[in-house]
Amino acid sequence: MDSYFSILFTEVYKILFLLVPVLVSVAMIVWLDRRVWAFVQKRRGPNVVGPFGLFQSLADALKYIFKEIIIPASSNKLVFVLAPVVTMTLALISWAVIPFGENFVLADINVGILYLFAVSSLGVYGIIMGGWASNSKYPFLGAIRSAAQMVSYEVSIGVIIINVLLCVGSLNLSDIVMAQQNLWFVIPLFPMFVIFFISALAETNRPPFDLPEAEAELVAGYQTEYSGMMYAMFWLGEYANILLMCAMGAVLFLGGWLSPIDIFPFNAIPGPFWLIFKILFLFILFALVKATVPRYRYDQLMKLGWKIFLPFSLFYVVLTSSFLLYFDLLPGK
Amino acid sequence: MIAHTVFFYIFSLIAIVSAVMVTVSKNTVHSVFFLILDFISISCLFIMIGAEFLGMIMLIVYVGAVAVLFLFVVMMLNVAEQKGQWFSSRWDGGTHIPVGLLVSLIIFFELIIVIGGWKYKPDLLNSLSINISTQVTNTRSIGNVLYTDYILLFQISGMILLVAMIGAIVLTYRERAGVKRQSYVKQISRERSEGVDLVEAERNKGVKIDA
Repeated sequence: MDSYFSILFTEVYKILFLLVPVLVSVAMIVWLDRRVWAFVQKRRGPNVVGPFGLFQSLADALKYIFKEIIIPASSNKLVFVLAPVVTMTLALISWAVIPFGENFVLADINVGILYLFAVSSLGVYGIIMGGWASNSKYPFLGAIRSAAQMVSYEVSIGVIIINVLLCVGSLNLSDIVMAQQNLWFVIPLFPMFVIFFISALAETNRPPFDLPEAEAELVAGYQTEYSGMMYAMFWLGEYANILLMCAMGAVLFLGGWLSPIDIFPFNAIPGPFWLIFKILFLFILFALVKATVPRYRYDQLMKLGWKIFLPFSLFYVVLTSSFLLYFDLLPGK
Repeated sequence: MIAHTVFFYIFSLIAIVSAVMVTVSKNTVHSVFFLILDFISISCLFIMIGAEFLGMIMLIVYVGAVAVLFLFVVMMLNVAEQKGQWFSSRWDGGTHIPVGLLVSLIIFFELIIVIGGWKYKPDLLNSLSINISTQVTNTRSIGNVLYTDYILLFQISGMILLVAMIGAIVLTYRERAGVKRQSYVKQISRERSEGVDLVEAERNKGVKIDA
């Protein structure tokens, strides 16, 4: 019993050590997103609070905390309150398996990539619950849209993951990174990387696929009835998910914590920094897409997911596996 | 191992309570949420006995996809309208009770057989023709038997699912007239000569377009 508690406390300490930086970086990433967006549109963006406006997110969070939480009278109250909690929790628990360096991971589980995939497929529930419990037309439509969209793009993300796994031979995320020591998977699987990036945009409801919250049609989609801290939790969960998708892209395709070339000035930088650089790089791509691409129509979105991405990534599975089989490169003999 | 036991009982308790709540709760959407909770705690139990691959697949397939579709269907029903009617005591001829009894009896006997089979598990493991290694991860060992010894059954079940899927599409598909669809090929291959027309118009007459 005693040893159990000591294990428990060291784990809690480790979890805090992981989650606090993640939450802080989520706040910072919101600022970065708005700045990049502003620079593309030749505006200044948030630059008043603190140096370069760095504390803008903090100020926003304070504002959200002190705002009143309004729960609509006709809503389903328990589910309504639970929805942002579910979104936030699911966005945070997936960070447990992201490897920041060799042996620098909270939970080095055998089926890490399946865990990530499972948790991201649960993410849709926060949105459905929020939309349904609000008991109002716009949130409900937004939730339905978002659920259909996330389920569709998950399919192609799953097939893309299969492509990577064929080259690795293991479901462990550290193994996936170590398999890229000689060649990052972005080079042989470049088309899959592009499709993964676009699917990640759709999976996290980012523009140009932000149809669940298309303000011209649905006010704010599933978030319409939310206010104060509950809205902020949706928002934080969304950005934590975006960061997570970037981390997933970095681990699957950009070699995780590995340095691009294994010579002195590069490999002297510790692994976690490389992973953070890669996540930031992908995130800035996300922000640039948001700033430049107009929103898709819903039928175009579905057509892209089911009729273009899914067949193409399935074809690529066949291609990858035949290539590996023909040149006898299949791992894990 | 005391922590292990505690977790086992917590997850089992959640699983049983939520399974009961699926049938008891009046609101159908709540039922589906309890079903999801049930799936999640079952997959936690799977992970606890070391079958992490099955647990994760359970989460991905049942919670991530099947239950979403359940929710879709149930949400489309007008719940407010059903209140009081769904579980009403109104006797509608009683056709559903014999069928329900039959199904529950069958499930009951199946459960008895499964629990009885537990007694013979050690003998069964010894008499297996395939050898299960305890050294490799269970993902790998599932893959080893699934794609070699059971490839035929695996392929056949895949085919059955495919047939069911195509059947569902064929049954529900209906061609609607007058739907405007976007054709990328048509849009891109449009030339100036087809799109623009210069018409000599007579004075005070006007022009008829698309005659």
